[in-house]
Amino acid sequence: MNKILEKKALADNVYWYKVENPDIARARKPGQFLILRVHDKGERIPLTIVNSMPEEGSVEIIFQVVGKSTKLLAELNEGDHILDMAGPLGTPTHIEKYGTCVMVGGGIGIAPLLPITRGFKEKGNKIISILGARSKSLLILEEEMRNCSDTLHVATDDGSYGEKGLVTDVLSRLCRSGEKIDYVVAIGPVIMMREVSKLTKEFNIRTMVSLNPIMVDGTGMCGGCRCYVKGESKFACVHGPEFNGHEVDFDRLAIRLNMFKSSEKLALDHECKINRG
Amino acid sequence: MVDSTKRPVMPQQKPEDRIRNFDEVPLGLSLKAAREEAGRCLQCKKPLCVEGCPVNIDIPGFIAKLGEKDLKASGRILKDANCLPAVCGRVCPQEDQCEKMCILGRKGDPIAIGYLERFVADYEREHFDFSIPEIKCEKKDKIAVVGSGPSGLTCASQLRKMGYQVTVFEAFHVAGGVLVYGIPEFRLPKTIVAKEIETLEKMGVEIKCNQVIGRIKTIDELFEDGYKAVYIGVGAGFPVFMDIPGEDLNFVYSSNEFLTRINLMKAYDFPNYDTPIITGKRVAVIGGGNTAMDSARSALRLKGVEKVFLIYRRSEEEIPARIEEIHHAQEEGVEFMLLTAPVQYFGDESQNVKKARCIKMELGRPDTSGRRRPVPISGSEFEIDIDSVVVAIGTRSNPLISQTTPELEVNKWGYIITGEHTMTTKEGVFAGGDIVTGAATVILAMGAGKKAANAIDEYVKIGK
Repeated sequence: MNKILEKKALADNVYWYKVENPDIARARKPGQFLILRVHDKGERIPLTIVNSMPEEGSVEIIFQVVGKSTKLLAELNEGDHILDMAGPLGTPTHIEKYGTCVMVGGGIGIAPLLPITRGFKEKGNKIISILGARSKSLLILEEEMRNCSDTLHVATDDGSYGEKGLVTDVLSRLCRSGEKIDYVVAIGPVIMMREVSKLTKEFNIRTMVSLNPIMVDGTGMCGGCRCYVKGESKFACVHGPEFNGHEVDFDRLAIRLNMFKSSEKLALDHECKINRG
Repeated sequence: MVDSTKRPVMPQQKPEDRIRNFDEVPLGLSLKAAREEAGRCLQCKKPLCVEGCPVNIDIPGFIAKLGEKDLKASGRILKDANCLPAVCGRVCPQEDQCEKMCILGRKGDPIAIGYLERFVADYEREHFDFSIPEIKCEKKDKIAVVGSGPSGLTCASQLRKMGYQVTVFEAFHVAGGVLVYGIPEFRLPKTIVAKEIETLEKMGVEIKCNQVIGRIKTIDELFEDGYKAVYIGVGAGFPVFMDIPGEDLNFVYSSNEFLTRINLMKAYDFPNYDTPIITGKRVAVIGGGNTAMDSARSALRLKGVEKVFLIYRRSEEEIPARIEEIHHAQEEGVEFMLLTAPVQYFGDESQNVKKARCIKMELGRPDTSGRRRPVPISGSEFEIDIDSVVVAIGTRSNPLISQTTPELEVNKWGYIITGEHTMTTKEGVFAGGDIVTGAATVILAMGAGKKAANAIDEYVKIGK
């Protein structure tokens, strides 16, 4: 169980794993995540399930190295086992035919966006994708996204690939071009999701975002992932992770995401010290 | 000369020592003290204590064997009725159950049944090979138990003893439910829980961790997998907040998150363990139940914590925690602010909580719970400086299973409705413990698990 079948580096510090877990592979739907633990004293970390292959009993995950736990995960290799994997968690994406859908993904947020885009494409939607990254070397899944999109735009902050600028610049141009857009999905950094939602609100386009707050159990038990939607407290793990972008309080989400920043640094420093022996 | 009206005093770690560690506070009786206490038991013909026990342990029986120094037999009697004696000897509210019924309590101290239960279970674990209850006849039928807390474990153990093939599904990476994520190490060492669960596994109960039923499999899919009946013992683990301004500030935790980080993920040993907990110097715990006491006492033991307030809206009369827990918290230096409730929290520029505005309460007429209702005294507001808050005002039902099982009826609080024999509105599905009653005690959940095991046996045998 949980054997790493394949490992690829997608960009600097971004990895793709194919992991054996027939039960999760069978039950998983787009939009869902899993929680894993790398070692005995490890944290529980939530990661999107990017794809599942029920026939071969495996799932794909993508992660970026941001702290100690993801660093340890990245040190595993093909043939190694991930200690614990629980999932699928979260409410699956509601997929239906809306018409023309714009899929906006920023940075590592393109990973959760991919399975949703595939689901929307299969339902017969016209797909326009906009991918953003800080620079070319950090852009992931371009080919996979292109394969399930009718049109694909890329924007990089430094202009090293695609057009120079932000995903919202492209989206804004699309909105103003007169193209009828029925639905927008935006997944990425909090600021990106906030700006996309602001823009689509102006144009009155339904918008769905996927949130990734701090969680411990992922089943509705700890309440650490509470976020504020339409002024009400919701648990991202059970009520979400997807919410109406026009109703999410992004500023409060950003604040809560920073809560354990100092500890993350501490854990990483501790790890480095131990490794230096 | 031993005073025959007095129970032995439980040796324990001194308050000034124990607030610096997470080791168990009571240290357990000596064999001599335990046997002397056993000698006080009157061995009543009609033992009322047994009636007071939700799982009907043969209390005079195990005490008699202890008195005769036959610890093995004593342990076996305990295990016949209770698969978790070392746990119950520690966390049961005996003073409201078996010990309350003890005849000796009328003129002196009742027999310290809890201390003796703990003693026998510990003695057995430390001195003998674990006795595994005998499986008399193997049956082919498979039964699924959802949740590995006290209720699920008891149900699984009973069914296994009857010969059924039992699989327990647990959502976390470790089995034990509230015994591992909720109750702190200093009240219930996790090695003891692990040992009791190991016994179940040795009996042949299969425990599958990382299985969130309702997500990885629905109840219907369990039947498709060949399980003849399903027991739902998932507890009531959905945290409740007060919905007051400022509760979204950083470092306002639910008691579930706070205790899970500390107990299950061992955040008190950060950075040796990877999961952090941040409290600052001054912690306010809201609530007056056992969970509030556990939270307050855990907070005191964390590095850097200087002051812990326990804020409860009623008076000491109504406080729902066990007396022993309240004493321990007071001895350790938790500051009780009774007849007080928070009304708002304020944060600094980083949105970290820094102040609680509280209001004084007075008690009015009794409410539906029979307890006098707290009423705010206008103009009595005051503020205290704090660095973190733990909200321990209760939990409600988790909707995961009911949402994915349409035929399962729940009441307006989301608790599963069951008939007299613990069967739910869906055929072959039984439920018990907190998911039926709302948050209660370990032993009541165990009682329900035992009752359900008998009902499941009937159901599988005669098909209804």
